[in-house]
Amino acid sequence: MAEPSAPIVTIRNLSKSYRRGNQVLPVLSDISFDIARGEFVALMGPSGSGKSTLLNLIAGIDSADRGSIKVGGVEITTLSESELARWRAGNVGFIFQFYNLIPVLTAFENVELPLLLTTLKRRQRRDHVEAVLSVVGLSDRMDHYPSQLSGGQQQRVAIARAIVTDPEILVADEPTGDLDRASAEEILQLMDRLVCEFKKTVIMVTHDPRAAEKAHNVRHLEKGELSEAS
Amino acid sequence: MGIPYSYSFRNLWTRRLTTLLTASGMGLVVFVFAATLMLAEGLQQTLVATGSPDNVMVLRKSSNSEVQSAVERDQAALIESQPEVAVGPDGKPLLAKELVVLINLKKRAGDKPANVVIRGVSAASLELRPAVHLKEGRMPRPGSVEVIAGESIARRFKGCGLGETLRFGMRDWRVVGVFDAGATGFSSEIWGDSDQMMQAFRRQVYSSVIFRMRNSSQFEPFKARVEGDPRLTVEAKRETRYYLDQSESMARFLRILGMVLTVVFSIGAVIGATITMYAAVANRVGEIGTLRALGFQRVSILTAFIMEALLLGLCGGILGVGAASFMQLITISTMNWASFSELAFSFTLTFGILWKSLVFSVVMGFVGGMLPAVRAARMNIVTALRAG
Repeated sequence: MAEPSAPIVTIRNLSKSYRRGNQVLPVLSDISFDIARGEFVALMGPSGSGKSTLLNLIAGIDSADRGSIKVGGVEITTLSESELARWRAGNVGFIFQFYNLIPVLTAFENVELPLLLTTLKRRQRRDHVEAVLSVVGLSDRMDHYPSQLSGGQQQRVAIARAIVTDPEILVADEPTGDLDRASAEEILQLMDRLVCEFKKTVIMVTHDPRAAEKAHNVRHLEKGELSEAS
Repeated sequence: MGIPYSYSFRNLWTRRLTTLLTASGMGLVVFVFAATLMLAEGLQQTLVATGSPDNVMVLRKSSNSEVQSAVERDQAALIESQPEVAVGPDGKPLLAKELVVLINLKKRAGDKPANVVIRGVSAASLELRPAVHLKEGRMPRPGSVEVIAGESIARRFKGCGLGETLRFGMRDWRVVGVFDAGATGFSSEIWGDSDQMMQAFRRQVYSSVIFRMRNSSQFEPFKARVEGDPRLTVEAKRETRYYLDQSESMARFLRILGMVLTVVFSIGAVIGATITMYAAVANRVGEIGTLRALGFQRVSILTAFIMEALLLGLCGGILGVGAASFMQLITISTMNWASFSELAFSFTLTFGILWKSLVFSVVMGFVGGMLPAVRAARMNIVTALRAG
């Protein structure tokens, strides 16, 4: 297990609420915590506890009502929408429960997508994509479409897409939620490898205690408030 | 770099039945658009090809067509003596004094009557019209009651086939030949000896004088001189200009009609494209959320969906132009409003019509795809990811 070092994510007094009609529903209330560089954090909690919202806020795809989120020294709550998009492209890798691959693109093209936002040349992009597909063990499946891959393979393509730009942070929302036990175990091992071998910081939302066991640190959210479990 | 074009193209391919149905609707509009332009072009090309740039037509001042024109014999003789008139190998001027009259003939199909141009020609008439070739039979003998018919007339009108007899001008005229005039208006005419025709129709004046110029560049000085000559009440036009003027009003009418039909139909096609693109956006909400999360800007999403709509429009355009190109196989006949006579011509597809039709189809795609693309681009990332 990698030893946590200086925080890469610093959250202070973070609050978020949603509006449903005239009703304001608080989701996160005055949350403060740090995530160390190279840490594997699991966020657990019952449905509606705000764990996915917290993940989205850290990933820069949702905006906070109050508070501060610093990721890699960048205060992302003050960034404009297009600045946030650019920041996400270079700093965050996304792993979703249902893989969220583009069905009309091959595994290679899906992994290449984030690289289209960089200045890399076609040849360099090809090298990067081949390298990460090799890391996830799918070099022989690069021309396959998502529908031609199993769930576990699709999730590995999604992981390859998440790491292809070499971001520091990977956010994973129920990455094993749609997989059988064997495939889930493979994915968790792969994520563990990303932390140990490639020094990524992984923040994972999960309901699965077996998945949470892989994390260095498990944090529980309940009614918008955070507690550290291990 | 934005979202690859293959994303837009493959999404259309994935939904190929919907794509085909929507593109067919747009194709139908493009078909109407292209076909009317082809009709106008065919009419114009037929009439313009009827003229030769070296030939000059002399008509009575202010007459819009040969039918309305009258050139006195003495004025025709004066024109014949002008130095600009070319001389043939036999030493005779390459000039024809022609008579144009309209007669009513019944069509072979349906017995419906229509106006047909009868042209009284001189010896030089054939030489002045290189497009006209005798296809069957022989030329009418001078001074005889004989005629030759354009191929289109021989085929479509009663009594105009080779060996048949026509009655007009109180006489029976034997058809002794059929001529081919290519894609020109002469194909829709009947030719006979001009002196015989003048007697038959009791005419004292010619309709027009046509001649070839020795030097085509001398047209403007010639025109200025004859139109300023107090003995002459005529105007001179290049033959090509004359036929272009003849086609202008009809071609304009066809184009306006085509535009009106196209605009009305295109509203339906654009709505179809909008519905298709809204469905495309609704089916791909999750993908939109994913792309936005990965870092693609709103403008990239907008561009990808507009590209898809443009491709959809282009598919419709290709279908429409493809179908319209088959119309070239059809020859139709209609009233030439300038001469009130029957004129046969074909739909003509030009490069100009092709690109105008494709641009029109792409514009329809753009208009139809704009609102759905804006909707896709404005989606909230979290909402889109949850919905997907």
